[in-house]
Amino acid sequence: MRLIDHRLLFVTGKGGVGKTTVSAALARCAVAEGKRVLVCEVDAKGALATAFESAPVGFDPVEIEPGLHLMAMDTEASLREYLKLHLRIPLKGRIGPLANVFDFVATAAPGVKEILTVGKFAYEVRERHFDLVVVDAVASGHVVGQLSAPRAIGELVKVGLIRTQADWMNDILSNPETTAAVLVCTAEEMPVAETLELREAITTRTDVQVAAIIVNRVLPELFNRTEQALFDRLARSGGWQRTLVAEHGPEALAVLEVAELATSLRRSRTVHLDRLRAGAGDLPLLYLPFLFARGHGARAVHLLAEALADELG
Amino acid sequence: MALQPRLDQLVAASDVLLTCGSGGVGKTTIAASVAAAAAAELDAKVLVLTVDPARRLATAMGLERFGNRETRVPDDAFRAAGVEPRGQLWAAMLDTKASWDDLVRRHAPDAASRDAILANPLYRNITATFTQSHDYIAMERLHELHASGRYDLIVVDTPPSRNAIDFLDAPARMAEFFSSRLLRWLIAPARSKLVNLASKPFYVVADRLLGATFLTDIAEFFLLFQSMYRGFVERARAVERTLRDPRTSFVVVTTLEAAPAQEAAFFCEELGRRSLSLGALVFNRTLPAVLDDRAAKRLADRYRRRPDDAAAELAAALDADGRSRGARNGFDPATAAHVLREVGQCFTDYGMLAARETELAVRLSRLAPLGVFVPHLDHDVASLEHVLEVGRVLWSP
Repeated sequence: MRLIDHRLLFVTGKGGVGKTTVSAALARCAVAEGKRVLVCEVDAKGALATAFESAPVGFDPVEIEPGLHLMAMDTEASLREYLKLHLRIPLKGRIGPLANVFDFVATAAPGVKEILTVGKFAYEVRERHFDLVVVDAVASGHVVGQLSAPRAIGELVKVGLIRTQADWMNDILSNPETTAAVLVCTAEEMPVAETLELREAITTRTDVQVAAIIVNRVLPELFNRTEQALFDRLARSGGWQRTLVAEHGPEALAVLEVAELATSLRRSRTVHLDRLRAGAGDLPLLYLPFLFARGHGARAVHLLAEALADELG
Repeated sequence: MALQPRLDQLVAASDVLLTCGSGGVGKTTIAASVAAAAAAELDAKVLVLTVDPARRLATAMGLERFGNRETRVPDDAFRAAGVEPRGQLWAAMLDTKASWDDLVRRHAPDAASRDAILANPLYRNITATFTQSHDYIAMERLHELHASGRYDLIVVDTPPSRNAIDFLDAPARMAEFFSSRLLRWLIAPARSKLVNLASKPFYVVADRLLGATFLTDIAEFFLLFQSMYRGFVERARAVERTLRDPRTSFVVVTTLEAAPAQEAAFFCEELGRRSLSLGALVFNRTLPAVLDDRAAKRLADRYRRRPDDAAAELAAALDADGRSRGARNGFDPATAAHVLREVGQCFTDYGMLAARETELAVRLSRLAPLGVFVPHLDHDVASLEHVLEVGRVLWSP
């Protein structure tokens, strides 16, 4: 099953690996196939709007181009919607004291806040408002708390409406045809370690299936073995370096030095990539190239969506 | 005398340094490197306190594991890296759960309340899952260590906050929470009977959402917790004073990529807004300056566009040399052309990155009194030797 054929995707990973850009690229891929897509940012930093170069968005989804909808999670707004839908309590404007009480309760039982986040997505999926909901989820440490919220609520809250709600949410989250987590990673030591830990945590502590690891910012391979040997002789003193400098000037050394840096960067990443592959077992790995020309913004999203479409097949 | 600030002077003048920045920029490494460099260069007792759950620092320091207890990095580890340290380096990891338990033990009015709190499932839930509990406890530990007077310098690797700035508010938020009217209001009726509250509209809603039992549990828990209220508020204020002390400085760490740089800028501005002292900006993993060299750019362009010509020139030159020494053996012009094209393309690609980096560095530098560049290393930082290598760059760029 292809990633974008799910109904709900949680995109997560260590901070700084490019979760937001990858979320945006996944959404773009799905939109390109004619799907109605909602992308949601959970931590409300505005990074998603930056990725699409759109105006900042709030809790109400905004269609920024045909089929592509953006929203930012806001637990207070989610609570308000929830109360309106389930308790038929109409609340106009800010909910003031109720929000305070809610904050207070959420402090004591973190599951409550998380369930309003996850619940909103599950609700959108259940109501079939969109073909695909892509969640630019919070970083590793907190995502497990969110995905396990329905389960945690089940243990803490024995009765009440939230308890009932937790059950149908869990049905959506635990169905591997419907919901999947996607782990974004880069071929560096810490992101790889955290990705493997995260996969373990999601698998054991939540009912959500991890469907793939997306390896972002993969550096190009410069040389094959024969080329590397020739390059080494050009770069080393005692080899052809003297001739090279005589023919092309001292700047030739500078140009080669950068290629050496690039090669060693790539080589040190290969070690981590091998560890990731070994740890991932039969979990599919998708690769996205390092973008030299543009690191973020609409152009980067466009380029990554193209690369992703190739990877998804 | 020119008054150009330097990082070694900032370190020498500080009691506390806090590194901050977004995830993945090498914050932990920079914190360890500053501490290691200080221990190597100054006759000072230095502690590095990290909250990184991945425990990478422990490995880098050659320590098997270090929990909440401070552990000394042996001088032999320095000597093995070719450095004779002038001072001492200590390291500690933040164990959130253990630190919270300590805090409760210290502030609980009596043994019964203490045990009741420690055993309460809501307490365990808060300390384990409450996102901001890391933030607060890290600052609390810092204050405790600082007040103990056991160290000349404490370098803190701040928690990876969802919003980088969160931990700065943690002490104030904690104080506010415990002194909030809401808390007292909600707890007060619990003393008599929750039933009295049943008529309040919010309670009706909360009850339908959560069930009355749960609400009673919460009220009881906070009632217990409130017994520590005074102690907590006082501590939170003291922690805030430590952060505001003139000998406390922040070091913002960033790579020169758009997203981390944006976070760094935001962070610098927030520090300014709060009148906290921003000591330095560290630009980590920067590309070499040679990428901006004009002659090199021209040559790279030539390699990229006309690799065959360049390879032919080298072949001819090697032939000329080779009449005496057979130097051309193994020089295949077609392979060489491919290599030169890749080399040229690579220089152009990284040149583009470097240009973007420079532009970002220029913009960010305006926000801090001091900017320090740490170049890309051709290896991971995985040992004390590497940590010291980065430390040397920071110390005297």
